[in-house]
Amino acid sequence: MKTVEGTGIGARVLRKEDDRLMRGRGSYVGDMAISGLTEVAFLRSPVAHATLNGIKVPPEIAAYVFTMDDMEGVHPIRAISGLPGFRPSEQTVLARGKIRFVGEPLAMCLAKTRAEAEDIAAMLEPDFSPLPILADTNSAEAVDAIRVHDGWADNVYLETNIEKGEASLIENAAVRVEREIKLNRQCMAPLEGKGAVAWWDERLDQLIIYASTQLPHLIRTGLSEALGIEEGRIQVVAPDVGGGFGFKSLLQPEEICIAWLAMTHRRAFRWTEDRREHLVAAANTREHHYKIEAWADAEGKLLGLRADVRVDVGAYSVWPFSACLESAQIASILPGPYVLPYYFCRTRSVATNKPPFMPYRGVARTGVCFAMELTIDALARELSIEPAELRRRNLVTPDLMPYDNITGKHFDSGDYPESLRRAVAEIDLDGLRKRQETPEDDGRLIGVGFATFCEQAAHGTSVYAAWGIPMVPGFEQAGARMTPDGGLEVRIGVHSHGQGMETSMAQVAHEILTIDFDKIKVVHGDTALTPYSTGTWGSRSMVMAGGAVSRACEILGERAKAIGAHLLQASVDKVFLKDGTVTDGIGSVTLGDIARAWYKHPQSLSADVAHEGLEVMAGYKPQVDSGTFSYATHAVTVAVDPDFGSVELLDYVVVEDGGKLVNPMIVDGQILGGVAQGIGTALYEESPYNKDAQPLASTMLDYMLPGPCEVPDVRIFHMETLSPYTAHGVKGIGEGGAIAPPAAIANAINDALQHLGVEVAETPITPERIMKALDGKTISGDSA
Amino acid sequence: MKPAPFTLLRARTCDEASEFLQRAAGSAKVIAGGQSLGPMLNLRLSRPDVLIDISGITALTEARDEDDSVVFGACITHAAIEDGRVPDPTNGFMQRVARGIAYRAVRNRGTIAGSVVHADPSADWLTTLTALGAVVEIVGVGGARSVALINFVIMPFTVDLREGEFVTGIRVRKRAADTRYGYFKFCRKAGEFASAMASVVVDTTSACGVIGATGSKPYVVAETSRFLPVSPATLADAAQHVQELAIADDPAADRANAAAFGRALKQVTK
Repeated sequence: MKTVEGTGIGARVLRKEDDRLMRGRGSYVGDMAISGLTEVAFLRSPVAHATLNGIKVPPEIAAYVFTMDDMEGVHPIRAISGLPGFRPSEQTVLARGKIRFVGEPLAMCLAKTRAEAEDIAAMLEPDFSPLPILADTNSAEAVDAIRVHDGWADNVYLETNIEKGEASLIENAAVRVEREIKLNRQCMAPLEGKGAVAWWDERLDQLIIYASTQLPHLIRTGLSEALGIEEGRIQVVAPDVGGGFGFKSLLQPEEICIAWLAMTHRRAFRWTEDRREHLVAAANTREHHYKIEAWADAEGKLLGLRADVRVDVGAYSVWPFSACLESAQIASILPGPYVLPYYFCRTRSVATNKPPFMPYRGVARTGVCFAMELTIDALARELSIEPAELRRRNLVTPDLMPYDNITGKHFDSGDYPESLRRAVAEIDLDGLRKRQETPEDDGRLIGVGFATFCEQAAHGTSVYAAWGIPMVPGFEQAGARMTPDGGLEVRIGVHSHGQGMETSMAQVAHEILTIDFDKIKVVHGDTALTPYSTGTWGSRSMVMAGGAVSRACEILGERAKAIGAHLLQASVDKVFLKDGTVTDGIGSVTLGDIARAWYKHPQSLSADVAHEGLEVMAGYKPQVDSGTFSYATHAVTVAVDPDFGSVELLDYVVVEDGGKLVNPMIVDGQILGGVAQGIGTALYEESPYNKDAQPLASTMLDYMLPGPCEVPDVRIFHMETLSPYTAHGVKGIGEGGAIAPPAAIANAINDALQHLGVEVAETPITPERIMKALDGKTISGDSA
Repeated sequence: MKPAPFTLLRARTCDEASEFLQRAAGSAKVIAGGQSLGPMLNLRLSRPDVLIDISGITALTEARDEDDSVVFGACITHAAIEDGRVPDPTNGFMQRVARGIAYRAVRNRGTIAGSVVHADPSADWLTTLTALGAVVEIVGVGGARSVALINFVIMPFTVDLREGEFVTGIRVRKRAADTRYGYFKFCRKAGEFASAMASVVVDTTSACGVIGATGSKPYVVAETSRFLPVSPATLADAAQHVQELAIADDPAADRANAAAFGRALKQVTK
């Protein structure tokens, strides 16, 4: 990709926000100092399923303790889905009557410090009667007498069935494979946990809440519904947020509790999640179970795919994404980037006595990619075809674009086989196949694996309306305002918490207005200052908010040109923007002069010039709102040590196409961070539960995250196929890095183990799981 | 997440520490670097009434060079050994071991005696110091005593420390220049606790092989010398021997123990 000079779209501009973030000057919920602040700790359930008879509160601390009985008028969280047959759950913000998972909040405890609040929590005695526990989907489906939610006919939020294409095609298949594939539960582990601080502003008559969230406007809507007050009486601010990854896109019971305290007590209250709360009590993710069958002809062309998928979504449906976003996405995208003639998929979203399930970076795509790509490799091994070659034979080709796949996904543009071809070349597949012919000196086994995926991003109204969840995105808005001294304020309703949008949105504005990059300030994260938005999720911000910024700046540019033309005594249709000026090619006037004329010296303008002013709010939606499709091939070389079951990543290649990249350096950072998280899913991260649904990883000793030594130098290569539907041809790319690593790494490990006739098909691929797969196998080579 | 309430006492001398210990009568814990005890306090797995901080006792932060050995003060950090700020009686072996302990942040505070007293079987010092034949120096009410490390550790996380006693130092014999050392550990992630480890120390008169990171105290492999000098045949013999010992009583873990021992043995090849 050629280097773009300057500070517009395509330039590798250093991030504006890094000046404060890298110097430790960021401002997070936990940093805020407010006079009279009261800290809150939650008493949490020690058991997974029980009838809660009451909570014994010693009288001397009664004034500092609140239970659900105290919270008159606070509505339960109810996240519905419009999909037929969906059963909604009701979650009171503090448990009442029944406890449904370990870590569920039971009571709030107030004190000057968190430590003292924890001491108060330790003095409470919850009185509960244990109920039989449903710790996994198998028991939740098999046991007839126990219900997570009383009155349900079974423990399933939703079952879906989809069948497309011609079933008879599979009858003549040359080969069929069948696999059970599983991704285990894990956390999202952002550097900063959740947190909220709230108070009541008497002058504004408003609840002010600073929350560590990805979507301040939705949190306002959610709080309004939960607390029963108008949205206009709530201001939500998302200050600096230390990573979200989906975890911070839900309305948490704790947030509602803090808001309720501030509203009813008219003082300031704060809760900050500690690491243990995050590991045991917060939303988990990724837990998919696949039973999958695939058919292909003798050349490896896919004929059909049949899948039975269960998602363990835990005890409650989360607001706003619901308990079924994950399974709805699984059913619709499992066929991946391939041409598939026949497809059947059944999904069940199963309720268990575990914490609620939240979409995590990649959402269902990571699990889907894992299942599909392992299946592709299984077919390749069965047919003795090079796995990369079998992929190539099935990928949607560029001549078919735009392509409507078997589930109706509209692939907008791209050359999928080219990303694979380049990954094969970069990882040096031929060289690795030669290397595998000779045993390694150290006894390790070398393997190479691939995974190709396409990623629907920035999907809009049509997609979400069909799912019928509490949140459907429409037009995205952005504001652009010139300041009297010639600066530019850009206002976006999405939130930047690692994506570098204070920089990339400024690049978009600069591209349109040519205004000095240093004079552009991006404002975000505050419901009082920014237009409504469903927020940052689904790799949508650059497509949607970027498009809106582009549109707002275009309109602002027209107004600036009108004023500039007047000042130049030139015709409006003869002037254009250049280097921060309006010029007719002969004379020029700076945007600063134009702003000064409008704000400070209006007498210099005639009454009919740009009377709408230098502040614009514009709405934007792509011409086709079913989403952009970025895509990539990940290729990885591994060395498996058969003595210990360990895996070292020797080389990692990503060939990615995100359309027009606004800031390729930021995109590289996004991919690298995503790959690191994908490596975590592949090899390290797991939140195991025992049969009593007790969490077994409650500290970082037990919950293992990859560190710098576990993430290799990832070699990233970009392709650039513009989206035909979006402003500047951009595609959403924020999640892609986290999608393919588990699939590519598992395929590489299975490649290394192929001669032993064993496979792994469960994340994380721990040494124990590899040793179990190798059990009883003789490994050739010097392994001492 | 915070500790249960405790009283913190900072001892300035060993005598004062002893006095504090006696006065606390059993409900006290001695803390130096706090790298194991700290998290245990925070998780409330340990709830002492009194915490006696010995890290301010200057004498315990120094190494004594004696005729045939070096005595490491209890509060000498892994980083001090890593950086060569104290004498190394093993010609660089202890320095190499120290360099591989957890992360630098842990090494900056974690101490050699703290690691030994905590007696986590996966800790680097427990295995390597056992292979080196280290001796633990202890003071208590009745005066000082010393005990061989292999006897000091009774079982994981349990050591031979009586009421009122604490460890003042670790004595390591000076080794001849031609002593050969092997140390291998397998960690799932850099800096984490090992899930398999072994150490072998060989000189002209003796050979000691130790397997660590098991569910029990460090395991001394009897007759390590029979696998020397190392050859493909003795390595195979060693692997079979360790697997048959069934230290872990789990085939995969015992295989990992055997592999770790083999890799430590290979390092003493010359």
